[in-house]
Amino acid sequence: MRRFATERAKRLLLASRSPPSAFLCSSPAAAMDPAAGVVTVDTINPKVLKCEYAVRGEIVSHAQRLQQELQNKPGFHPFDEILYCNIGNPQSLGQPPVTFFREVLALCDHPPLLDKSETHALFSADAIARAWQILDVIPGRATGAYSHSQGIKGLRDAIAAGIADRDGFPANPDDIFLTDGASPAVHMMMQLLTRSEKDGILCPIPQYPLYSASIALHGGSLVPYYLDESTGWGLEISELKKQLEDARSKGITVRALVVINPGNPTGQVLAEENQREIVNFCKNQGLVLLADEVYQENIYVDDKKFNSFKKITRSMGYGDDDIPLVSFQSVSKGYYGECGKRGGYMEVTGFNAEVREQIYKVASVNLCSNISGQILASLVMNPPNVGDESYESFSAEKNAILSSLARRAKALEDAFNSLEGVTCNKAEGAMYLFPRLRLPQKAISAAKAVNAAPDAFYARRLLDATGIVVVPGSGFGQVPGTWHVRCTILPQEDKIPAIISRLKAFHEAFMEEFHD
Amino acid sequence: MSPKPLDYETLNENVKKVAYAVRGELYLRASELQKEGKKIIFTNVGNPHALGQKPLTFPRQVVALCQAPFLLDDPNVGILFPADAIARAKHYLSLTSGGLGAYSDSRGLPGIRKEVAEFIERRDGYPSDPELIYLTDGASKGVMQILNTLIRNEKDGILVPVPQYPLYSAAISLFAARMKGITVRAMVIINPGNPTGQCLSEANLNELLKFCFQENLVLLADEVYQQNIYQDERPFISARKILLDMGPPIGKEVQLVSFHTVSKGYWGECGQRGGYFEMTNIPAKTVDEIYKVASVSLSPNVPGQIFMGLMVNPPKPGDISYLRFVAESKAILESLKRRAHIMTDGFNSCRNVVCNFTEGAMYSFPQIRLPPRAIEAAKSAGKAPDVFYCLKLLEATGISTVPGSGFGQKEGVFHLRTTILPAEEDMPAIMTSFKKFNDEFMEQYEDYRGYSRM
Repeated sequence: MRRFATERAKRLLLASRSPPSAFLCSSPAAAMDPAAGVVTVDTINPKVLKCEYAVRGEIVSHAQRLQQELQNKPGFHPFDEILYCNIGNPQSLGQPPVTFFREVLALCDHPPLLDKSETHALFSADAIARAWQILDVIPGRATGAYSHSQGIKGLRDAIAAGIADRDGFPANPDDIFLTDGASPAVHMMMQLLTRSEKDGILCPIPQYPLYSASIALHGGSLVPYYLDESTGWGLEISELKKQLEDARSKGITVRALVVINPGNPTGQVLAEENQREIVNFCKNQGLVLLADEVYQENIYVDDKKFNSFKKITRSMGYGDDDIPLVSFQSVSKGYYGECGKRGGYMEVTGFNAEVREQIYKVASVNLCSNISGQILASLVMNPPNVGDESYESFSAEKNAILSSLARRAKALEDAFNSLEGVTCNKAEGAMYLFPRLRLPQKAISAAKAVNAAPDAFYARRLLDATGIVVVPGSGFGQVPGTWHVRCTILPQEDKIPAIISRLKAFHEAFMEEFHD
Repeated sequence: MSPKPLDYETLNENVKKVAYAVRGELYLRASELQKEGKKIIFTNVGNPHALGQKPLTFPRQVVALCQAPFLLDDPNVGILFPADAIARAKHYLSLTSGGLGAYSDSRGLPGIRKEVAEFIERRDGYPSDPELIYLTDGASKGVMQILNTLIRNEKDGILVPVPQYPLYSAAISLFAARMKGITVRAMVIINPGNPTGQCLSEANLNELLKFCFQENLVLLADEVYQQNIYQDERPFISARKILLDMGPPIGKEVQLVSFHTVSKGYWGECGQRGGYFEMTNIPAKTVDEIYKVASVSLSPNVPGQIFMGLMVNPPKPGDISYLRFVAESKAILESLKRRAHIMTDGFNSCRNVVCNFTEGAMYSFPQIRLPPRAIEAAKSAGKAPDVFYCLKLLEATGISTVPGSGFGQKEGVFHLRTTILPAEEDMPAIMTSFKKFNDEFMEQYEDYRGYSRM
């Protein structure tokens, strides 16, 4: 039977003129017209079309074109360089990497160095010791091998220990999934939680657009909850409740609550009491708490402290059985800023064994995250200690970066607040400022006339006049009728005065041009 | 008791349907046994370094220097690193804007994509556009991205080889799918094949491309094993080369995405997660959408990108590191070829086992003709017959394989997949151990009523 079918298929295929499909099926028109092609914008996954990611969107493409022009036609623009303030990418703007981390990574990348006596002259002793420690927990010392799909066990042990140190509550290495940055971990959870567009995820507005993009890609619904700009981007439980009930009344099953702490783009650090309210809210409403904590080491105010949601839940007496909580951490932020390494993890607690198996299974299809990133995550959660050879230089590097970030946050916040019609909340943490622009009606009309959102219009004008790239607030979500831009605090400190003066000059001219 | 937010019942159904046998039941059982102290030989996944293959020296030197650029300022760096590694590290660092720690372009560093394009041009004889080459965290991520772009809903189908690629049964599957109302969007080929190792001939590729043209399918060409070729009759030829050889209209119409990686070949750098895909004849607007999705993940890891650059642009004759690099590479490839033979011959010497030669890639896929009583025993144990066999093999010998059902096979025909990666000096003992287990198993379950057929 099979051979007969094969012969028939052969004849069909080798038949001279008409395509075999003509004999057998009524394919859609596109399939019959070779010129149409299968993969056009009309025939790809509509969820892909729906997804947006402003951080590397339209304005950035324009900036890259301008950058090309600067190279080819110097003097053509009123500025010498493009200043990318659109993306939290510290080392691209001159922030140096942490030496100790890089020493260990280099030694792990090329272990034969450890057998050479000259290595001691070029590397610190504790970096060498740490590299040995790490290689000893990697089977065969093979940093080029796929690891366990959750990440190398010994590194997860170290991370769990680091979490316990940070929080004062134990962490289980088997709860940790090492990923290529925090973003893939977020995608994994969205995939798990989203069955259809009837599944909703509560997200802060404004939010980091990974969440909206991921929800769109997985076909779910974003249920917005608004942070209160007038109270420093406060998170009100009453707002959560309202949005939750609203969504439910529309037939949406709300599965989870995303909290970004410290906030992106908003920079606020949650107060403990607030965090406890959030935890109780999730528990009472049956929601998974998705805690994006990638900026946990970026705190610039003395009156606020970072508390992980893991610590808060445990300190409230809630154990593993009481509340499902997924906490995300990354090597891209903090004082280490190692974006290009793609290192991160999620700590998954409060799920039963069956579900954990599914999470493991999804992780296993990609085999594992990059080993160098895994090693870096273990270093970030276990930096040099007092007494280690590198401790002093390490601390100096760390403090220099963090204190500089705090100064830049303040300088830019003050600068934005000095602009006519602009108010800017303090950046208590993270890496961004999110000033609100009260634009004159003429500007809003001008924006409409070119089919742009007013904040996109402003951002484009700012770029064309100064070379400064910011992301329009519409990319993050905002209360309708309000306009913002997100600007990072990352350009090197010596560039900040020039940025501020150009910004001021531009804004004055803009307001002059469009005054009512 | 109200259902908890993430109970099994309320998970995404598509997640539940996913199965990935390479790290599935057999692997988990093997890991358990390993924890109990049993010596396990993991041949479930193409993971060369885990089985003792050493990394190539030159790329590790370059990446270590990129990792710690302050070394480049040290006057003594020349004692530890050869001059060409130092120069190459400086070259790659100059291609970044901020070193290894900065997000790159979401498509990967332009300078490295250019190196990939140049490699493709040298290999195939046709120019390649760096703008249509996207670096990814391993080829797998690239495959996921493209499939996600193509698949709109469950009515969209993708033709995949089961487990090897015969053109005619693909045609049958295509027509059957269409009759069921499925819109078949693409066809996957894996060349050299995984798990089967066969290399496609020029004529094969020609037919395949014509088929795609006639049936309006995107061709997804997984070419990650292109360096792993163990015979001379069928060298590697890229799908793109054949496509462009065909000239218009086919050469300009058939949409093709080609995948490559640093994980296989003689590099085996699985842990770095370095890969790329190259798009041919994909409309600009679609490329923009693919870019958009890539941008959500910001960028592929930069060290992995550098490994890719080094792989497509290795040391050249005259470079200080050239001879050593060539010696290391040759040693690995020749050993793989010898191991491919040892394994094939070893399997063929076993009772009721038939094994095609591994023409390429890293695997051996012997057919195990299970006697009916073995199949019955498997049923009683609640296991698929090949899973049953592989579990017994694991418990008896510590050899951890992947049952053929994980790859798809014809009804009633059973296989297992193993890699050819265990160290050459361990191979004879492994094959002896396998033979002993297999022949005893067959002895135990055999009768004369017949066998699972080919």
